[in-house]
Amino acid sequence: MRAQAGDLEMRGAFAAEPHGGGGRSAGSDAGWGAGAGHEWVRPAEPVGRLEGEWLEVAMGPHHPSTHGVFRMNVALEGERIRKLKPVFGYLHRNHEKIAEGTTYLGSMPYTDRLDYFCSLTNNWAYALAVETLAGLGVPERAEYLRVITGELTRLLNHACLVGFLLHDMGTMGTPLMYAFREREKILDLFEALTGARMMCNYLRFGGCRVDVPAGWLAGAQRVVDEFPRFLDEFENLLTTNEIVLARSQGVGVLSGALAVNAGITGPMLRASGVNYDLRKVDRYGIYDRFNFRVPLGEHGDVYDRYMVRILEMRESVKILAQALKDLPPGPILDPKSKLRGFRPRAGEAYGRIEAPKGELGFYLISDGSVRPYRYRVRPPSLINLTVLEELCLGHTVADAVIVLGSVDIVLGEVDR
Amino acid sequence: METLERIRTRLEAAVAGAELEVVANGAVAAQGSLRVDAAHAVAVARFLRDDAQLQLDYCSNVTGVDWLDRVVRTTVRTRRVIDGLERELEQTTEHTVPGYLEAVYHLYSVALRHGPLVLRQRTADRADGARVASLTPVWRSAEFQEREVYDLFGVVFEGHPDLRRILMWDEFRDHPMRKDYVEPDDYEYEPTPHDEVLAKARRHYAGAGGDRA
Repeated sequence: MRAQAGDLEMRGAFAAEPHGGGGRSAGSDAGWGAGAGHEWVRPAEPVGRLEGEWLEVAMGPHHPSTHGVFRMNVALEGERIRKLKPVFGYLHRNHEKIAEGTTYLGSMPYTDRLDYFCSLTNNWAYALAVETLAGLGVPERAEYLRVITGELTRLLNHACLVGFLLHDMGTMGTPLMYAFREREKILDLFEALTGARMMCNYLRFGGCRVDVPAGWLAGAQRVVDEFPRFLDEFENLLTTNEIVLARSQGVGVLSGALAVNAGITGPMLRASGVNYDLRKVDRYGIYDRFNFRVPLGEHGDVYDRYMVRILEMRESVKILAQALKDLPPGPILDPKSKLRGFRPRAGEAYGRIEAPKGELGFYLISDGSVRPYRYRVRPPSLINLTVLEELCLGHTVADAVIVLGSVDIVLGEVDR
Repeated sequence: METLERIRTRLEAAVAGAELEVVANGAVAAQGSLRVDAAHAVAVARFLRDDAQLQLDYCSNVTGVDWLDRVVRTTVRTRRVIDGLERELEQTTEHTVPGYLEAVYHLYSVALRHGPLVLRQRTADRADGARVASLTPVWRSAEFQEREVYDLFGVVFEGHPDLRRILMWDEFRDHPMRKDYVEPDDYEYEPTPHDEVLAKARRHYAGAGGDRA
């Protein structure tokens, strides 16, 4: 800020010269106000600030590094962040109110729009909450299809997140495009299965909407078999990359105790060394049948969050291989489930799953009618931002960008 | 996890004067909940978090529920002797249960991997008395979620460190998630910061002698 203040003084000095500064016409001088022989009059408020004062900057809402319309109001001392307040609501459309005005099934396509990268896990969380509320069972084949689509969603979410994170570090898109290449293959699978690439609307209460088309399983098997090669390629480029290490290690450190207290979930919690994965804790669906491990971080910094996601993708590949091998024949929808005129008994239920971004929960209250009396989404993206200020304090602006990138948010879910 | 009745008994012994009630749940899941009065909510929450057998260290979900005034009909059957015959009479009385707002907390234990325990706080009414105790000092994860309940339901959380609107803009007046919320006819009617900016610009240019604004 010093330079700018000096700059202003220079301009003043130039203006005091009898010949006038750099070709300014007399007409423009009038706009600045004619003060005793000077062209330029200092405005009422100081423009530049002295060293040691704080400068307030609004990062966002329209900036690519905020991953959507999200704003961080930061107070800077030099380039160090001294305060940070996140500002939400730019994408708020009151999803919950809309859902309370429609039927239970009517909200299913709308859940796709929460975290628009992971529509299938959003469907799953909502279906699980309704099944808990109404006591519906799910046929075995449908459970397997849920695991397959859910884990494919995790693969594409984590791959893209790592791409975005590297993009935030300044790699200008190359890792992101590698990740998007893999995402395309998975989206093609989703399109063949559900008819839509992103807004899948695939699950139903008590099962799934359609069975797999001919040849789909072989295609999925091919994608899963090829995925580790992509991960190896990715890791060769990134895991020991000097710039990645320098930028991410020791940045945005989150302790395990604070993470639990602040309700941080998902890979961000596990990067802080807390072993809490709902696929292991709740064992919802049929996750107790699969052999997989929960990767944990040690330092809770940005690098650990990157690494946990890479390792989780490798575990997801393991789950997918087992699920594709064991997929049984049979029906895909519980015959007791009713799609139209569905009226669960009055009461309430909370259902949650391990979505790629963290714990995605739905809290439903039924009053016995076709519409939920209360419909609440527990958004992992929003709650994972609770500690954003702590993670960024004392770091530079460039670090705040990658800390936000490592949290993994989608604004459709943050603002709902 | 222990049954809610047992937790309630232990809580009543540990937190003197706490008014607790086990609320039944009619759904198949039958996740019952524990209602606590606002005055003792923080003490109860601390007990639930720090107790060795419960260790509910993770507050997953915080939300509000709006319950409007409702009319309850109760039918009383009485036997009376009319004209020498004993007859059964039905008498229906109506009374209004005043509405209230609720703050609902879903608690889990990361350390012991159990849950959920559902904790509820109830406000006195839906107007000035819409106040409960903030549990953000106990569980940090409630910070943004209580702000959201304040924003969308109008529940004031006493003791919250930073109670501001979170999703709606600051000048917004109403609480959209309430059941009796009516949308404004014209969103442009809501005051925006533009007037302030214009006034500031006018002051600025007045000082410079011009009347541009």
